[in-house]
Amino acid sequence: MAEQEWMSEVRAKVGREYGRVYAWDEVNAPMIRQWCEVMRVDNPLYLDADYAATTEFGGIVAPPAMLQAWCLEGLHMNNYAPGSTDENPYEVLKTMEAHGFPSVVAVNSDLHFDRYVKLGEKLYYTTRLDAVGEEKTTALGTGYFVTLIMSFFSQKPAGDAGDDERVGQLLFRVFKFRPANVPKPVEKSAAPAVPKFKRPKPGVSDDTRFFWEGVDAGKLMIQRCTCCSTLRHPPAPVCIKCHSFDWDTVEASGKGSLYSFVVMHYPEVPPFEHPNPIGLIELDEGVRLVAGLVGVKRDEIRIGQRVQVEFQSFDDGELTLPMFRPVAA
Amino acid sequence: MTDMSLSGRAAIVGLGATEFSKNSGRTELRLAMESTLAALADAGIDPSEVEGFSSYTMDKVPEYEIARLLGCKNVKFFSTVPHGGGAACAPIVHAAMAVATGVAKTVVVYRAMNERSWYRFGTGTYGFGSTPIFENVNYGWYMPYGFHTPAAWVGMFARRYMHAYGATSEDFGRVSVAVRDFAATNPAAFFYGKPITLEEHQASKWIAEPLRLLDCCQESDGAVAMVITSAERARDLKQKPVIIKAGSQGITEGQQSMTSFYRDDITGLPEMGVVAKELYAQSGLGPDAMQTAVIYDHFTPFVLPQLEEFGFCKRGEAKDFIRAGEHARGGKLPINTHGGQLGEAYIHGMNGVAEAVRQVRGTAANQVADVENVLVTAGTGVPTSGLILGVA
Repeated sequence: MAEQEWMSEVRAKVGREYGRVYAWDEVNAPMIRQWCEVMRVDNPLYLDADYAATTEFGGIVAPPAMLQAWCLEGLHMNNYAPGSTDENPYEVLKTMEAHGFPSVVAVNSDLHFDRYVKLGEKLYYTTRLDAVGEEKTTALGTGYFVTLIMSFFSQKPAGDAGDDERVGQLLFRVFKFRPANVPKPVEKSAAPAVPKFKRPKPGVSDDTRFFWEGVDAGKLMIQRCTCCSTLRHPPAPVCIKCHSFDWDTVEASGKGSLYSFVVMHYPEVPPFEHPNPIGLIELDEGVRLVAGLVGVKRDEIRIGQRVQVEFQSFDDGELTLPMFRPVAA
Repeated sequence: MTDMSLSGRAAIVGLGATEFSKNSGRTELRLAMESTLAALADAGIDPSEVEGFSSYTMDKVPEYEIARLLGCKNVKFFSTVPHGGGAACAPIVHAAMAVATGVAKTVVVYRAMNERSWYRFGTGTYGFGSTPIFENVNYGWYMPYGFHTPAAWVGMFARRYMHAYGATSEDFGRVSVAVRDFAATNPAAFFYGKPITLEEHQASKWIAEPLRLLDCCQESDGAVAMVITSAERARDLKQKPVIIKAGSQGITEGQQSMTSFYRDDITGLPEMGVVAKELYAQSGLGPDAMQTAVIYDHFTPFVLPQLEEFGFCKRGEAKDFIRAGEHARGGKLPINTHGGQLGEAYIHGMNGVAEAVRQVRGTAANQVADVENVLVTAGTGVPTSGLILGVA
């Protein structure tokens, strides 16, 4: 299947390096102590300066698992340390969201350490958009695996020659997806199912039931006043012309022409596909109705185009809708 | 005009508003109270004197809570008007009728909403059920297809209008560009200092073809309130009286709410035609007597048929009016001088009525010279309303 056009915008960003995010503070003993307290870590290498001085490191080092913590924004969202980039390495996820992939789940978070970091070191990280996979369908739904790699560096003191040294790396992978229309769980004890998005069902009343029953039987029915023979749609309990409450129905030919149309792009609401072309069809019998258009290219739809009804089933047969397809004049 | 006419009987004497934002950071009730108290202070009327209220059915702040917090003792009139933005002018019409008949001497109208930060109108998910109540059945013709946003419903009319009269997406864009130009010089506008070009309009993304993003109004948090009392009393109050010269609501043949697709012709807004005829009849004025107008602009395409329904140009010729820039700064009929709902804020049209008040007072940010009468319209595609406000 050819990839959607907007994905080329996403692909073009693969390999991009996003700017630095700095640590608020240099690696320091109080933060290490508090982290260890919370995590219930009592390794003297992190906590006891006298002991640490006797080790190969010659002093306190930070627990490697704290690596990410040094550069976090803190209590307030997006409040990064001064000098940090304001680029958003997650921008491609927003693009995907805008194109109908609203859900996200983190699937990998792999930390790799090059060395211990010591008190006084100043850290920062940069982010690379490493990979965006091909479209995949998993049990959760259809979407893309997006991999980001954050590289953590120790900043050389001003004046020191050479590049900053890398101290660790984090591979972070998410699955950005459109939730699946999952089949009904086989047994109750199964894991909770991802909610299935279905088309809204029409409200049906005594005045309109014949239409939807007709559709279920593959027929397009129009209401007719038995007093003055005026056809009417949408159906109503009474004739707009003569106010008679007596009516019957006639089966329409299903042929008509496009009176107007709209192509829906945004917001993308599941389970609908977008762009979503909708027609206002004037049936040859003279009444109009709104219906989805099939077999059309969005830039080739024309008012006056001849169309023919066909009946399409949705949501495992729960809903049948009349749809219209262009036919030769 | 008979003695029973509404024209000239009541006046808008107080105006209050909060700032307009994407996140007010406070409750709708608080917004309603801030704007109401500001309007009463502007009028120089004690809150306890309020005897009536009118708002929209979609406003979630009840009048009884406002009355309680104001300390009102003698509230004899309250109404809420349905159909969203179609109500925009109607609370003022109701208030004027209540004042003219003596049921209530002083009426507060208000619209307070956190439409952007608390809920949004265009999400396409409205939870219509399958029980056979009218709305469920009616929208059942559209929801199963995903034809479910106001922008899309407007698009259906707009496409036919383009086909019938040769209007283009650029013409819709010219509406947007002109009102954003006004917003750019209105410090109260969300898009203050941010004009757009026609090229930017044309480059904006499709929402529901033929509507682009920049054809659609903003979504906003904020509140506007006004105080209405008799024209006679208005003479003794703090502000220059803004006389309600005409007011009407409108429904006509084939009317539905956003989906009047089954009329013989769908290129006009005949319910607005009903309002136009009534406003001109009540006031004895015609289109030439308007120096400026606030034309409801939730979506640009519906601005064109409104200009036609009110006789500012002939049927199908609004595009020529707009191409000539008559609707823009310096034109024959500058519209939406506050920046409209595209540029100032979307307070469901009540901020448009507020702009008409300022134009009559002579205090608008983009003041038009020698304003005597201002036309205000309400939401289109739905049962609607309108007003002519003017100097005494």
